[in-house]
Amino acid sequence: MYKYDNYDQAIVDARVADFRDQVKRRIAGEITEDQFKPLRLMNGLYLQLHAYMLRVAIPYGTLDSRQMRMLAHIARKYDRDYGHFTTRQNIQYNWIKLEECADILEELATVEMHAIQTSGNCIRNISSDQYAGAAADEVVDPRPWAELLRQWSTFHPEFSYLPRKFKIAVIASAEDRAAMRLHDIGLELIRKDGELGARVFVGGGMGRTPMIAPEINPFVKADDLLSYLEACLRVYNRYGRRDNIYKARIKILIHEIGADEYRRQVAEEFAHVKTLGIDPPTAELERISAFFAPPAYDASDAEPDRSDPDFAVWLDQNVKPHKQAGYAIVNISLKPIGGIPGDATSAQIDVMANLAEKYSFDELRVTHAQNIVLPYVAKRDLYAVWQGLRDAELADANLDLISDIIACPGLDYCSLANARSIPVAQKIATRFADMDRQRDLGELKLKISGCINACGHHHAGHIGILGVDRKGVENYQLTFGGSGAEDVSIGKIIGPGFDEDGVVDAVEKATEVYKALRQGNERFIDTYRRVGMNPFKEAIYG
Amino acid sequence: MVEFRYRSDEVTEQPSVTLDAFLDQSNATAVRLEPDDDARALIPFLDRLTLIEVAFPKYRDGRGYSAARILREAGYQGELRAQGDVLVDQIAFMRRCGFDSFAPEASLNPEAVARALSNYDHVYQKAADTAVPIWKLRHG
Repeated sequence: MYKYDNYDQAIVDARVADFRDQVKRRIAGEITEDQFKPLRLMNGLYLQLHAYMLRVAIPYGTLDSRQMRMLAHIARKYDRDYGHFTTRQNIQYNWIKLEECADILEELATVEMHAIQTSGNCIRNISSDQYAGAAADEVVDPRPWAELLRQWSTFHPEFSYLPRKFKIAVIASAEDRAAMRLHDIGLELIRKDGELGARVFVGGGMGRTPMIAPEINPFVKADDLLSYLEACLRVYNRYGRRDNIYKARIKILIHEIGADEYRRQVAEEFAHVKTLGIDPPTAELERISAFFAPPAYDASDAEPDRSDPDFAVWLDQNVKPHKQAGYAIVNISLKPIGGIPGDATSAQIDVMANLAEKYSFDELRVTHAQNIVLPYVAKRDLYAVWQGLRDAELADANLDLISDIIACPGLDYCSLANARSIPVAQKIATRFADMDRQRDLGELKLKISGCINACGHHHAGHIGILGVDRKGVENYQLTFGGSGAEDVSIGKIIGPGFDEDGVVDAVEKATEVYKALRQGNERFIDTYRRVGMNPFKEAIYG
Repeated sequence: MVEFRYRSDEVTEQPSVTLDAFLDQSNATAVRLEPDDDARALIPFLDRLTLIEVAFPKYRDGRGYSAARILREAGYQGELRAQGDVLVDQIAFMRRCGFDSFAPEASLNPEAVARALSNYDHVYQKAADTAVPIWKLRHG
């Protein structure tokens, strides 16, 4: 894990003092809410329906037990004893008092955490593969690159007032666990003739106009990456649309001028930017990489005892192969049946921290699917880890099943939402509460957004649900066929929307069509892609 | 009105002209860039310009930051002024992009500006100012 040096710490500490002053001026009435807004938004503080919400950055989703315990502490001391893990690998607190914000940031800074650029039209928290460093299929650990980008993008003077927010994901495997091509910039690290570099995809995103990022450069050398990204951002900052907030993301620019023209402009800008000497020396990437050296593995390869049937089920569903013999990757589901996707109590956060400290070389990850990962668990310890999770009600064996739902906070919290997301997620999970039934349906990624902004990634759901407001009534549209993985695709709306119970029924009917038509090992999405929308439509609307 | 200036030379008295007017008549020494204007159009003329004023009609419109860097990267040495909806919390970023004078529409508190400019001792990236990026401090 990366550790701050004095420079990193000084920047985060200075930010706390800075924000404390800004809040003080706001509370004293020296600045208006209008003037305060851009300041608080640069620091992850949103005014929601009922209270302030604070979004804390978890860079590339990686944290240690000390940091995780701090997140629990903040939930306990400053919020209503829980936190909400987000699709951008961050955590949000929903019931924050303005006058306590600076204290929270100060506490976070003591464990090398912050809320810098978790909102605003700037480069947001860099996201990555939750299995980084543990995945058998990775070319290299992507996190040092993500940390390099974190530092480069922090308080970037030219790119803090972009046309719109800007999200970057970095992966290093052919399997995409980070929805890389649905980001403003997606980087896939690859090796070419022995040299490391990045495939650069630009212009993906969800929102009201979902787009899959086209490849803009098949290989940018490590030493050129920051210059290349500066060129990408500069073209966007200069020519991205600012006349309409809904057309301001980079995907619209690239869609309008075309990927070829954007590529040409970036190449021209890059030829200039590269002369400015903004790329750090290789030694800097090496310095950062040293923090991500593999842990001191010492377990021999031994399969766990499967005699406890509940444990065996969890093992098969939530535990994934590791690149190191004797080890496994443990997924902790934050999707209990009937619960709120992504929420965890302070007690649960503490339990996860303790298990990470004892059994996972002190490391945890947050996933974009709003779950938690223990990346380095020895197989001999899996049963103990499972017992610890079970006792904290964290052992739901539903990873990637229909109840492992991504959902945005929706109208229960969010001031942008048109409809509630959480109750729909709860009803669907409850309808499919029978775990045998879920397992029979297999991998089925269901994602729910409470408005067109698509924070719940509904476009990328095998089944997506979009809540809209129809003449003052919450209405839910269904989409099928989306994927945020390496088989990336955008879901299509299947027909007229439903009310809350109607959409649950429609999802159930879709699963029945799938069961009737599937061949071999086909997943829901494979069957849908093979047979098309009609059989589903007939069953649902017929 | 110029409220903050970080240069020792004399203030240019000549009023600035629009980019189009400048490209037409071109004996002016002061020019004003609107957000839509291409700063690179000035590159052939930088030697004889003493003032480039960059308009910020809305603080959210960040095109002027790129314009400033482009001009400095091309070697422009004259006064680079940010004019318009310039807020105290943008001044540090603007300085880093090469602005050295500020004409905010709404008057700014000099103490707050001084504080904003001295809040952070170090920066992560190389830009158009003389600040040495942290990676260089780490590796020499």
